[in-house]
Amino acid sequence: MDSNLRREIILDNYQHPLHKGLVEEEGYQKIRTNNSSCIDDLMIMVKVEEGKIKDIRFDGEACAISTSATSIMIRNFIGKTYEEAKALLESYEAMIDEKPYDKELLGELNVYDEIYKQPNRKKCALLPFRAIHQILEDKSLFNK
Amino acid sequence: MNREDFPIFKQDLIYFDNGATTMKPQCVIDSMTDYYSNYTANAHRGDYDNSMKVDVLYEGVRGKVRKLIDAKDASEVVFTKGTTESLNLVVFGFMKNELKEGDEVLLTKSEHASNLLPWMELEKEIGIVIKYIPLTEDNEVTIPNVLSTITDRTKVISLAQVTNVIGDVRPMKEIGEICSQRGIYFVVDGAQSVPHRKVSVQEMNADFLAFSGHKMLGPTGVGVLWGKKELLERTKPLCYGGGMNTSFESTGDFELKEVPTKFDAGTPAIAEVIGLGRAIDYLEEIGLDKIESYEQELKNYLLARLKEVPKIQIYNEKTASSIVAFNIEGVFSQDTAVYLNHYHICVRAGNHCAKILKEQLGVKNTCRISLYLYNTKEEIDELIRVLKDAEHIFDIVL
Repeated sequence: MDSNLRREIILDNYQHPLHKGLVEEEGYQKIRTNNSSCIDDLMIMVKVEEGKIKDIRFDGEACAISTSATSIMIRNFIGKTYEEAKALLESYEAMIDEKPYDKELLGELNVYDEIYKQPNRKKCALLPFRAIHQILEDKSLFNK
Repeated sequence: MNREDFPIFKQDLIYFDNGATTMKPQCVIDSMTDYYSNYTANAHRGDYDNSMKVDVLYEGVRGKVRKLIDAKDASEVVFTKGTTESLNLVVFGFMKNELKEGDEVLLTKSEHASNLLPWMELEKEIGIVIKYIPLTEDNEVTIPNVLSTITDRTKVISLAQVTNVIGDVRPMKEIGEICSQRGIYFVVDGAQSVPHRKVSVQEMNADFLAFSGHKMLGPTGVGVLWGKKELLERTKPLCYGGGMNTSFESTGDFELKEVPTKFDAGTPAIAEVIGLGRAIDYLEEIGLDKIESYEQELKNYLLARLKEVPKIQIYNEKTASSIVAFNIEGVFSQDTAVYLNHYHICVRAGNHCAKILKEQLGVKNTCRISLYLYNTKEEIDELIRVLKDAEHIFDIVL
């Protein structure tokens, strides 16, 4: 990906993140994700309905990488089934870890394909995805 | 000043994180290498030359500390791992046996975790009550606020002399006087003050003072708890074993050595204590008054130059220490720190272990610059040059 375009997408998602602000509504799983090695601290809420991720929202303070990754994650995971979300998550984590991954599947998430060059920022790019991890741990959520 | 004494500055490095730890002059490093290369032995144990030499040097550092903090007697100096252990020793070795349910301990929201969490734990264990002295708009402690928080149940006031995020210097002498008039124990966290200014435990009327070696050019792993002799005599060690007892029997009876040796269970950090002693010599050769005034000059220069940078918010302009907390508008503090790192400038981003200060400041995370004697105006100029260029920050950090 062209580095200017990559930066533009990240910056746009950092400065105008999608779905920032929590809601007081039933049916959401709330997950707090923070990093012991840095100061990012995000609260993420996920709603699963009829076998799909229906909504994701977040709030908190975090760096440009974490915040933008949260925003892009939200855009790309809403509407996904258990299997789709699992495949997307695995591919994303493989990319961050410099392992083989499905580039086509990741789409916009490819903006972090060079984060390995800054090893101490890998955790920032992975942080919000812990919420997806946690949701996927309970498959029964998708069977309701 | 004295930059050439610090081997690390042969690197391209601008180090502004002295509140976290400090660089070591060659003489401190050499003093520890000398122990390991030429006279390694345990302390308090042997009748051979090297052991006796170690004993003299190790015990001699208590005298250096005594002089540094203007204590009455060298036997009031206890070596610990650092400020955190020192404060834990005060809370769990002394206060736990002295305080009762309902007794009040006064702290502030700008204290470091090491002066909050032990008290919070003691609150759970024995039911003491923690109260926070209200801070002014500039996040400072005032005497009227101290007085208005004191009640008949107040038994302890425990404060940093200089705080590590805001860098305000507390009116310790006056608070110490209030404490001694009312029979309140006065505990002082000196982690950010002892390295930077002259401190006198007698002038402050302190009962305990805690500080760390590594924040004052010394090694990691060693710190000091100073306490009034009669209080240390009533303090129970947190650690039991060899070196600290005079006798023990299979019946379970044992006797401890006198203060301060009763706190020296196991082999102490001998090389580190010797290194700390050399660091104290080094600081006193320069003079703490001189260090303080040099840091002031640097800080004023830093503040004046920071104001040239657009979109900089400074949170503690009025405070008297050499700590400056700031943010660039619209940039998360950690991104600023990562950006500065690109130019080999080290600053700290975060809440600086003062996690409840956010309730007071209204901002959770800041960038912190904490200066020390080896920093220069040229380094500040370079910082300002880089910060003025910060509109390109995301070209660097992303």
